[in-house]
Amino acid sequence: MLFEVKDLCGPNVPPVSFALDAGEVLPVRGDSGVGKSQMLRTLADLSPHEGEISLEGVQQQSMSATDWRRQVALVPAESGWWADTVAEHFPSRPLEAWWERLRLRAALWDSPVERLSSGERQRLAVLRALALEPRVLLLDEPTANLDRDNAEAMAGLLLDYLRDHGAGAVWISHDPREVDAHGDRWLEITSEGGVLHGAV
Amino acid sequence: MELYSLTPFDLALAAGLVLALGLVQVLLGLGLFRTLALNSVRMVLQLILVGVILEAVFDAATLPWIALIALVMMALAGYEVVARQKRAIRGWHGYGIGLAAMSATALIVTVLALTFVIETDPWYTPQYAIPLLGMILGNTMTGIGLALNNLTQTAWQSRREIEARLVLGHSVREATAELRSDSMRAGLIPTLNMLAAAGVISLPGMMTGQILAGTPPIEAVKYQILIIFLITAATGFGSLVAVQLGARRLFDARDRLRLDRLRSGR
Repeated sequence: MLFEVKDLCGPNVPPVSFALDAGEVLPVRGDSGVGKSQMLRTLADLSPHEGEISLEGVQQQSMSATDWRRQVALVPAESGWWADTVAEHFPSRPLEAWWERLRLRAALWDSPVERLSSGERQRLAVLRALALEPRVLLLDEPTANLDRDNAEAMAGLLLDYLRDHGAGAVWISHDPREVDAHGDRWLEITSEGGVLHGAV
Repeated sequence: MELYSLTPFDLALAAGLVLALGLVQVLLGLGLFRTLALNSVRMVLQLILVGVILEAVFDAATLPWIALIALVMMALAGYEVVARQKRAIRGWHGYGIGLAAMSATALIVTVLALTFVIETDPWYTPQYAIPLLGMILGNTMTGIGLALNNLTQTAWQSRREIEARLVLGHSVREATAELRSDSMRAGLIPTLNMLAAAGVISLPGMMTGQILAGTPPIEAVKYQILIIFLITAATGFGSLVAVQLGARRLFDARDRLRLDRLRSGR
């Protein structure tokens, strides 16, 4: 098993358990404010929580927080940018092929973050996380600010990455079409807890 | 030159000026009269109290008494550091960080100056020890308060930027590098201003006092230079210690940004 979550709960996170295989996407749905984003934060060990989370059998708490977050990468709904230019936020230049697939202009690399559109920020934030080559991606509505063509390009790139790297994804989405396309199982978060739907 | 002893009438004359200011404010409807009056009365009472205590301590001049006074000064300064912050760190940690930073710097710098520079006998001679500690502590307190206020406020405002770095696997040290250096700078700004303004724009209070008391200006200047160096060192190191301790307290053992450890904004 790639990623296992047992009896996870925390402040603003209803109890939830699930497991994820290599290459698998687990879509997450639920009413807004029910704790979906908060759950992703605990999976990345960004907020206090209880329960057991493990990556390829290794417990979250037995790994350093920085190592864990490089392998279980969270892409929050709103990305943060701490430096002036786009380039400063990347350890190295991401693959040209990724850049082109997301239809990002080459000139963006050196441009100030301030001038980016919300859609460009979102795409760059995903690339920034992919550059770490994580084993698990925690995606909080990664296509929310994108038009249809760009959203499809993003979903395509993410699915290819998961397949090529044998990685998994926990994917919050409000677009049922997008979610249905990714697999036969999905996780519903209610205020009482998480419910797994679909084939077991 | 003898020191001219001020009469109550002299002080009443000066107080009259503040009273006039208060009356003008009432006429203009500025509503600051109460605050002004209360704080003026408070200032007079505090200073008279200090004067009485100092007279007693100077007479007694034993180490335990002076240590007690120093302790009370430190405790009050520690409280002030927390009180000046909009989002201070909650609980004993918030108080302790300011206190630890001041003890590690203001106290040590004062003791070093007394033993190695001024070489008074005994080293804790209250006429030197208490005013020296007071001046260094007052400035260090301001610096540490500003540094910690900047740290907690900026951390609160740039939560998204800090967490963006954490989720990319950056360490707390990397994610807070800019925050820490900015906060240290904030703590040092009043001191840097003092260095630039000393003697040109402002005549430092202690030097003025010594000259009024009949000390030759060049002697007073030498003391003032000493004090300014001590204040600068104590404030700089104090801000450094406070910012390091404070930044660490913003995160838990799992390197999570814990803004719930800050008080809610006032």
